[in-house]
Amino acid sequence: MSTVYQFKPLNVGRWLIWGLFALLLALVPMLVSSSLAITILSQMGIAIIACLSYNMLLGQGGMLSFGHAVYTGLGSFMAIHALNSITDGSLPLPVSALPLVGGIAGMGFAALLGYVTTRKAGTTFAMITMGMGELVYAMSNMIPEFFGGEGGISGNRVAGKAFLGITYGPPIQVYYLIALYTFVAVAAMFAFTRTPLGRMLNAVRDNPERVEFVGYNTQRVRYTAFIIAGFFAGISGGLGALNFEIVTAEVVGAGRSGAYLLFTFLGGATFFFGPIIGAVLMVLAFVLLSEFTKAWLLYLGLIFLFMVMYAPGGIASLLMMNLRIAAFGKLRQLWVSYLALAVTALLALIGAAGMVEMVYHLQMAGADGNTVRFMGVVLDSTGLNSWFGCAYVILTGAGLFELCRRQFSKEWGTIQEEIEKEIKRRAEL
Amino acid sequence: MEFFIISMLNGLSYGLLLFMLSSGLTLIFSMMGVLNFAHASFYMVGAYVGYTVSGVVGFWPALILAPLIVGALGALFERFFLRKVHKFGHVPELLITFGLSYVIFELVQLIWGRIALNFRPPDLLQGPAFTLINHSVHGLRLLWGAAPAELCSAAEAGVRLVCSPFPATRGFMMLVALVMLGSVWLLLTRTRVGLVIQAALTHPETVESLGHNVPLVFMMVFGAGAALAGLAGVIGGSTFLTEPSMAATVGSVIFVVVVVGGMGSLSGAFLASVLIGVIQTFAVAFDYSLGTLAGQLGLQLGTYALGNSLIKLTLSQVAPILPYLFLVLILIFRPKGLLGTRED
Amino acid sequence: MKFALKVVAVTAAALCVSAAFAQKGEVVKIVRIDPLTGLLGPVGVSQLKGYQFFAEKYSGLPVPGNPGQPGNPAGVKFEITGIDNKLSPTESLNALKAAIDQGVRYVIQGNGSSVALALVDAVNKHNERNPGKEVIYLNDSAVDPDLTNSKCSFWHFRFDADTSMKMEAMGGFMADQKDIKKVYILGQNYSHGVQVAKYIKEVLARKRPDIQIVGEDLHPLAQVRDFAPYIAKIKATGADTVVSGNWGSDLSLLVKAANENGYTGKFFTYYTGVTGTPTALGTNGAGRVYQIAYSHYNMGGQMDKWMAEFKTKYNDDFYTGSTIRIYEMLGAGIAKAKSTDPVKVAAAMEGLKVTTFNGEVEMRKADHQLQQPLYMAVWQKADKKYPYSPENTGMTLAPVKEYPNYVSSTPTSCQMKRP
Repeated sequence: MSTVYQFKPLNVGRWLIWGLFALLLALVPMLVSSSLAITILSQMGIAIIACLSYNMLLGQGGMLSFGHAVYTGLGSFMAIHALNSITDGSLPLPVSALPLVGGIAGMGFAALLGYVTTRKAGTTFAMITMGMGELVYAMSNMIPEFFGGEGGISGNRVAGKAFLGITYGPPIQVYYLIALYTFVAVAAMFAFTRTPLGRMLNAVRDNPERVEFVGYNTQRVRYTAFIIAGFFAGISGGLGALNFEIVTAEVVGAGRSGAYLLFTFLGGATFFFGPIIGAVLMVLAFVLLSEFTKAWLLYLGLIFLFMVMYAPGGIASLLMMNLRIAAFGKLRQLWVSYLALAVTALLALIGAAGMVEMVYHLQMAGADGNTVRFMGVVLDSTGLNSWFGCAYVILTGAGLFELCRRQFSKEWGTIQEEIEKEIKRRAEL
Repeated sequence: MEFFIISMLNGLSYGLLLFMLSSGLTLIFSMMGVLNFAHASFYMVGAYVGYTVSGVVGFWPALILAPLIVGALGALFERFFLRKVHKFGHVPELLITFGLSYVIFELVQLIWGRIALNFRPPDLLQGPAFTLINHSVHGLRLLWGAAPAELCSAAEAGVRLVCSPFPATRGFMMLVALVMLGSVWLLLTRTRVGLVIQAALTHPETVESLGHNVPLVFMMVFGAGAALAGLAGVIGGSTFLTEPSMAATVGSVIFVVVVVGGMGSLSGAFLASVLIGVIQTFAVAFDYSLGTLAGQLGLQLGTYALGNSLIKLTLSQVAPILPYLFLVLILIFRPKGLLGTRED
Repeated sequence: MKFALKVVAVTAAALCVSAAFAQKGEVVKIVRIDPLTGLLGPVGVSQLKGYQFFAEKYSGLPVPGNPGQPGNPAGVKFEITGIDNKLSPTESLNALKAAIDQGVRYVIQGNGSSVALALVDAVNKHNERNPGKEVIYLNDSAVDPDLTNSKCSFWHFRFDADTSMKMEAMGGFMADQKDIKKVYILGQNYSHGVQVAKYIKEVLARKRPDIQIVGEDLHPLAQVRDFAPYIAKIKATGADTVVSGNWGSDLSLLVKAANENGYTGKFFTYYTGVTGTPTALGTNGAGRVYQIAYSHYNMGGQMDKWMAEFKTKYNDDFYTGSTIRIYEMLGAGIAKAKSTDPVKVAAAMEGLKVTTFNGEVEMRKADHQLQQPLYMAVWQKADKKYPYSPENTGMTLAPVKEYPNYVSSTPTSCQMKRP
């Protein structure tokens, strides 16, 4: 990773941001009414904690893990078993404390498996986490007492005594619990980045040899960070168990680990809030996007590909770059170019999407005839007209995009130079 | 007896298929330091392209053409996508191949559909290569080709007659793998291009300053690795099943092979793949579990222990996860791998 | 006075008639929660097409003289859509919430007992916490016996024959075959495979104690590509028959490996006819692969006509007979309850009998398991007597034995809690 941008807020700014965040968490369910929306918001909260804990390893520690779902998943399983114990009275714990059980379980498993996992960084670490992930997933079918086999383990969150009338039956109550945990966890993980351990973790990522010379044991730093990340992962898992009241083996699967990786990276691994964006996108993509189009996984893969090539810092880095420009008051000069870029890119993408939808429709041997409703227009998958139309749109869009892009890079370059000059000028003052 | 021979051959052929796949991965990793997550996807593309091409010109030309097409695709990917992320380091390279695997998975389903395809091997390869006939009185006999039905059923009572055919597709798989291994080794050690590649492995800047076009070499190597995967795909797809999930099932095992064998070591990959293939095949045959082991040692287990699923777990049930177990154990005790020379 | 009586009588009769047709034209929305992408995607898509095809045929009142348009006695209109759950229990719960938000009260699911168990749980909890918004869950293919035993629910109705019923029939067939002496059980290592193994052992011990179970193997689901080692093991035990609940690639690769490695024994299976397997099987296993199911490709009569029409329209095979029975049972239940309210319809469907393409079937009150005949069919070349060939393979599943309701019926341990 190249330069790391540092956002230096004023103290007032920090209070403002955290205050707004808390307010947002508290008020957003009032804007939506359907129960599907509430469950999406709950899942977003859970995903935010999971992705942030993953970024502790990836973005802050430089440890690319392909098996993070193991810790969220095992946290889920322990939490659901604890819930069942609460239900039949053998565990006198309030249901609100259940995610902590998950967290402790995640921490425990991270301590157990993490010692050998964190011996090396880099590719070896990635491989061993992948192996662990596959191992745990494969074992999930072999130990039905813990994993519940294919049906998983289910529980009932309406258990124990109601606290101030809160039974956790209605989804909105669960949402507020999740929101509370999310706020606390996000604050805790942010605080972690400010601790000496958090800073040494960054150092281990950038230059492990030098860290050794300074006197820190890189393996110990990584291991400790791994355990802490496991704790938060377990909390996320516990909240998931509470939300769905069922835990199946897929929570430890490679698909979920891959999703964490994909979306954390997409959101931006170099900034603290990047994974939050990634987590929101993850839930939206999985729950909603797949209803809009069958080609959603293809679009996702392509977006990811282009992100890695052109914006490896993720969406967060794009936002921050523009924020920097805005801080110098130069964003106004760019907005026309941005608009042009967006419109032409959209044009090209619509054409491409139209083609992809038609191909998918042909593949599925559409029972509803050959026509596909796409963005209000009816396309005929067998008609040459539609194909030519889409191709024409793609070419026009792409051509115009290229023209706009050239203009944009010129403007961008000029602005960056101006900013550099301004920074130098301020430094001399 | 024939059970042992046939199982050994099955294990060897499976191991050699794994080797065909992981050799490409090892080559790419050695040369470029890129762990290609999409390698199994190239395997899948090879199978599908082979299916389509063999439908047009027949299986044998497809055996040559499909790997070339897949190799070209790999080279193009390297040139236009992978090269752009070289400067960001190894992690983004790994991530871009990770993203590529998703894209290939969807594209393959888009073009060829989601159901398994009927990719049949050519007539020459259908049927057994040879048959082992085990007669309880006369002993073991080998017959080339298929054994006629009369020879397989016991005429006299009390005589056990078992015919074990060994499929020709498997034999062909072993043949191609060995030929491929031989030619790659020859290429690397005896030709000029091979020497340049070996040099670029450890000292790319020096090689570039000597005037060789190192980016071109990298593109060729990536393409060659993809082509090897494509070749494995044509053979694997026709022997087993050609379906969209074929990349996922074989994908993780080849990483295990590469890591267990030692990153960057071709001979290590060979050893590891044969080892894993044989052990996995034989493990299926054994129904021993910790419970039976304890019983043999004379230990008395209580009813809880006897009912516990971990203890009841037999070796045959565990067989498919043995590779991952090896991976974890090797990374704990010998991170270099069996024959590896470089530590990461 | 007499005239007034007549008027009252006629009005009363008219009111009754109109009450019976009160549901006429009412729309009953159904959502099918099943995989439409992924490993089982093709199966889910094919089955959804079946549901949409028959929704038309079973909507509205019966058209007299046209057996191809049977309608339903209440005259309601069925509207069905599908939501993709990607074979994930968690996604299915999201899908259930989405369906409930759309005001849907009837939910169908079938592929994957794991999803079924999660759905039953979720439906129970929802109905308990939201009186007045109850939802009924109609299960068309998940065969885990627990759903009508330990996990039985008033809101769940199963239309497929569960594993205990299928094993009862399969065991009965095997008992009659005198050449079967050694049986090997091969299954996928999850609840389905485990249940199949458990029940076949129990049934064979009862009907033919002389049959030896020479081996039992559970392999991971959809992971094994190379069944040669398992075939070698089966041959080494000398088994003449293999019983397997495998589906998808696990089944087609198994038979392929058996053929290549010279195993000539019989295979008794559940899912030979499911999308994708006929193509992968091809001519392998002709005369040796058997399937136990509640329907086959050559049922005759109106069913044959419908299958031909389906094939022409979608170029796909229809094999999920439960679809038809769900519409028939729902229609009859709505008519009997005179309402589309799920609580009343569920009570009406209990114990209901309908006549369908393979005779009379009954929704058993005790556990909500449909009691129906089962068929043992064998994979063979399509000929004049049994012409229907799935996926243009030239082969078919020809029936060899029918097991009427009372034979295939199995007892239940369900203690159902009714609202």
